[in-house]
Amino acid sequence: MTSMLSIDQVTKLYRTSSLGGGLVAALRQVSFDISGGEVVTLIGESGSGKTTLGRIVLRLASATSGQVTFDGRDISEFSGTRLREYYRHVQGVFQDPFSSYNPIYRADRIFELLRGVYFPRLRGQQWQDKIEAALHAVALNPGDVLGRYPHQLSGGQQQRLLIARALLLDVRLLVADEIISMLDASTRVDILNLLISLKRAGLAILFITHDLSLGHYVSDRTVILRRGAIVEMGDTVEVFSHPRHPYTRNLLAAVPELHKKWSPPAAGATAEPGRSAANGEPPAPGRAGITSLTHRGLARRQASAAGRARALEPPPPLLPVGPDHLAAEAEP
Amino acid sequence: MSVRVEHLSIAYRTRSGDVCPVDDVSFSVADGEIMGVAGESGSGKSTLGTSLIYLDARMKHLGGLVELDGGTLPIADNRAMRAYRMKEISLIPQYAMSALNPTRKIRRLIADLLRSHNVRDREVMTELKRRIALVGLDEDVLDRYPFELSGGMRQRVTLLLSTLLNPSLLIADEVTSALDVSTQRAVGETMLEFRDRGFVKSLIVITHDLSILAQLADTVLVMYAGRLAEKAVTGTIIDAPLHPYTQLLLASLPAVGLRYDQAALAGIPGRPPSLANPPDGCRFRARCPFAFDRCLTTPPFEEVAPGHFVACWKAAPA
Repeated sequence: MTSMLSIDQVTKLYRTSSLGGGLVAALRQVSFDISGGEVVTLIGESGSGKTTLGRIVLRLASATSGQVTFDGRDISEFSGTRLREYYRHVQGVFQDPFSSYNPIYRADRIFELLRGVYFPRLRGQQWQDKIEAALHAVALNPGDVLGRYPHQLSGGQQQRLLIARALLLDVRLLVADEIISMLDASTRVDILNLLISLKRAGLAILFITHDLSLGHYVSDRTVILRRGAIVEMGDTVEVFSHPRHPYTRNLLAAVPELHKKWSPPAAGATAEPGRSAANGEPPAPGRAGITSLTHRGLARRQASAAGRARALEPPPPLLPVGPDHLAAEAEP
Repeated sequence: MSVRVEHLSIAYRTRSGDVCPVDDVSFSVADGEIMGVAGESGSGKSTLGTSLIYLDARMKHLGGLVELDGGTLPIADNRAMRAYRMKEISLIPQYAMSALNPTRKIRRLIADLLRSHNVRDREVMTELKRRIALVGLDEDVLDRYPFELSGGMRQRVTLLLSTLLNPSLLIADEVTSALDVSTQRAVGETMLEFRDRGFVKSLIVITHDLSILAQLADTVLVMYAGRLAEKAVTGTIIDAPLHPYTQLLLASLPAVGLRYDQAALAGIPGRPPSLANPPDGCRFRARCPFAFDRCLTTPPFEEVAPGHFVACWKAAPA
């Protein structure tokens, strides 16, 4: 497979003028590829830069350095017709479906807005057929959704409608940023299965999530992002069954599972430095004790100071640790 | 017996009539028990939790009884409930951590709250500092503004704040939902620790996430469209659920280590019924693969095995 989208050494610095000033690195030299028909899951906690990366791919933000290429062309150079063509192939769907709609218009206006830009010459009936085909692809009944207002649709229906909108175009890459975290468990899986059937039809998906089990269920490859840098990436099964970076291991240990209680974390496997130890008070017997876990907030002050210093220096390099599996050395 | 709720019904007044998201609900929570309440959005789980402590202007108490430590809670009387709030029963509402006043330091927030409940803060503050250390925070959080804290820290501050006066019952509504997995775990374990140390006697943990309840809860109550579907100890709910809704809900959860090419999960077709005009009989009927003509009458919420309650004709002993 040749890569369709290539993310090459992308760094994004944000200026923080309000608190202290200086630069914060949202992304540090991130590189990976997405091939046609491939689902890549980008996993990271809040503040890891996963959404920023999705926004850069969608040209909603620009990289400070590094480049993103689509079919070998640098996307930052697109404008006018070229950019419009790019959006014909690359579309995004986001976490809160309701906020993607204008509540005073009917929900299917999202289709009409596309028509003006991309299908000005399509006649009425052809256009209707196209919409119905797209709705059919996302398992929606046109009669249930057309002509309705956003608040009359369930979250799952809203999200499907947005995916259908992307399918009207000749979409080849879908950036799906936390698209199911606001849905109920019973409809979540249907959206996941929809993504999988679209993937089988050749769509590539950048699936951005903080939920490891969902990420594992849908993806071919997994990229784990921590504080703007990739700590581990590779084949999904390989990464999940042989996690090498302590951060990945710790994330996996924290996932709540139905048939397994949280086990005490391995010594030294805390995800963040700078956590505070509780004084006195031994933890309750039988459990690791809450104090042994990550306390990211406290670490934030030190981390942001350190992060600023680290912003311009490269993150630890990724080394091969297995077949199609790269991991960084643990940062001190 | 710490909490006993009997035939509680709560309605919202709307222009098109009463909508009843808590419909004839009965359950009890023992001392030291953590009871999870699970259900989809709109199942009434948050209304249930809120109604035990505060009925706002839209909410109406249609009937039923709530007992706490043997005494009846005057839940319909807003003024009389004041004496119980924070001291006997506390609620962490949904999005509580986003509701901390950003212009006040944590210390001031806590002092205001204590003053409004006529508690002198000297001795409580000593205890507060001890607990701050216990949950792994630094004493200097007291001198920070809420926006200077991360989500997990803020959620632990709301936990500390609402349990400071050692209430009998803490109702925690979606406290882990907006958090990352590692922070979720830290907050979840904080709740267990508080229970183990007796800072709260019992907890009602409301969440849509069954896998969190598998970690925390002793018993789980499953709600569907305003009614109780099933209640049992956590292990039974997860390994041997009897209500079809519970079974289908569990089957729709992907486990770590499961991939689409190994097993296809399925969601539950359809949507929950509108509570403005609920259907007769079992409310899960329209989505249930096992529905038969008897489901047109409402199944009772019955004990089918010790401690295992189900509202389903197929599960009830004949």
